[in-house]
Amino acid sequence: MHEYPATLQIIKIATEHGRLHQAKRITKITLVVGEKSGFLSDSIEMYFKIIAEGTPVEGAALEILSVKPLLNCPNCSELFARKPYSFACPKCGQDGNPTEIGKEFYVKNIEIETA
Amino acid sequence: MCIQEIPVEEKIYAENDRIAHDNRHFLKDRGILGVNVMGAPGAGKTSSLLQIIKGLAEQNVYVIEGDIESDIDTQTLLAQGIEAVQINTGGACHLDAPALQLAFPRLSLQQPGFLFIENVGNLVCPAEFEIGEHLKMLICSAAEGSDKPYKYPLAFEKAQVILLNKRDLKPYVGFDDSFFYKGVRALNPDAPIFEVNAKTGEGFLEVVQWFKERLGK
Repeated sequence: MHEYPATLQIIKIATEHGRLHQAKRITKITLVVGEKSGFLSDSIEMYFKIIAEGTPVEGAALEILSVKPLLNCPNCSELFARKPYSFACPKCGQDGNPTEIGKEFYVKNIEIETA
Repeated sequence: MCIQEIPVEEKIYAENDRIAHDNRHFLKDRGILGVNVMGAPGAGKTSSLLQIIKGLAEQNVYVIEGDIESDIDTQTLLAQGIEAVQINTGGACHLDAPALQLAFPRLSLQQPGFLFIENVGNLVCPAEFEIGEHLKMLICSAAEGSDKPYKYPLAFEKAQVILLNKRDLKPYVGFDDSFFYKGVRALNPDAPIFEVNAKTGEGFLEVVQWFKERLGK
């Protein structure tokens, strides 16, 4: 539900980096969006098409690299995806702890066209 | 024509996080501990704050109340002689760092003590945004059910202290203690969990003591 302001910010970041590198045009923006970041890729794509119009990123492709969230088992160090209503490690049964994997939300790179 | 890939590696909320960092320093420089109070609507955030503030009687306490609309909670606090201001988000579901920064000049914030920032009632979004707090307090209630850590994990994961309010209602709502604690501990092995009743004040001595020990750290 915060995708609209987030998309504005993505465009601002991409535009700024494009300007720094004297881009004639920004042709692609690559985002990394963890599935537990709280942001939906589909919504960002939808907003991007609308908001990009008339900005330096108009027409740029939006590539979104999705990251599955993983828990870390404190007992056997296994990294695993949780099942609903459970945090149990599939290897040893111990409850896993949260990690930062799956919470990513950043602009990874942009592709630009220069003269 | 030349196509070039430019590495960016910039967090989309870097701007918010930068302001949150400034807020944290602003408070720390004044010896004020900023507490982001999170919890679902009706969990008992304001009622719990009243009990905690009562226990911190000899300390300076400031409160920022975040709500979509109304100043009901702020009026309740002001009536108790507590220095409080209201932020109305006008629909937004959480406070962010700029909103907190804009509220600072509305409080005196001259003496060391505590600033409680009661976030918008919501078990989801407040956990996702740094505002410049030093710690997050999650207030949940037995009436919400024991499955909340499994359904809304981030709030439980991010909290440095957790209050389980309305503990007297446990038998009436079939609250499953072991399921609740197992879920919270998987997400957050270290945060103390205090079972309280904000209506009667039961269980708050320990909470107040915990906060007193945090001051100056």
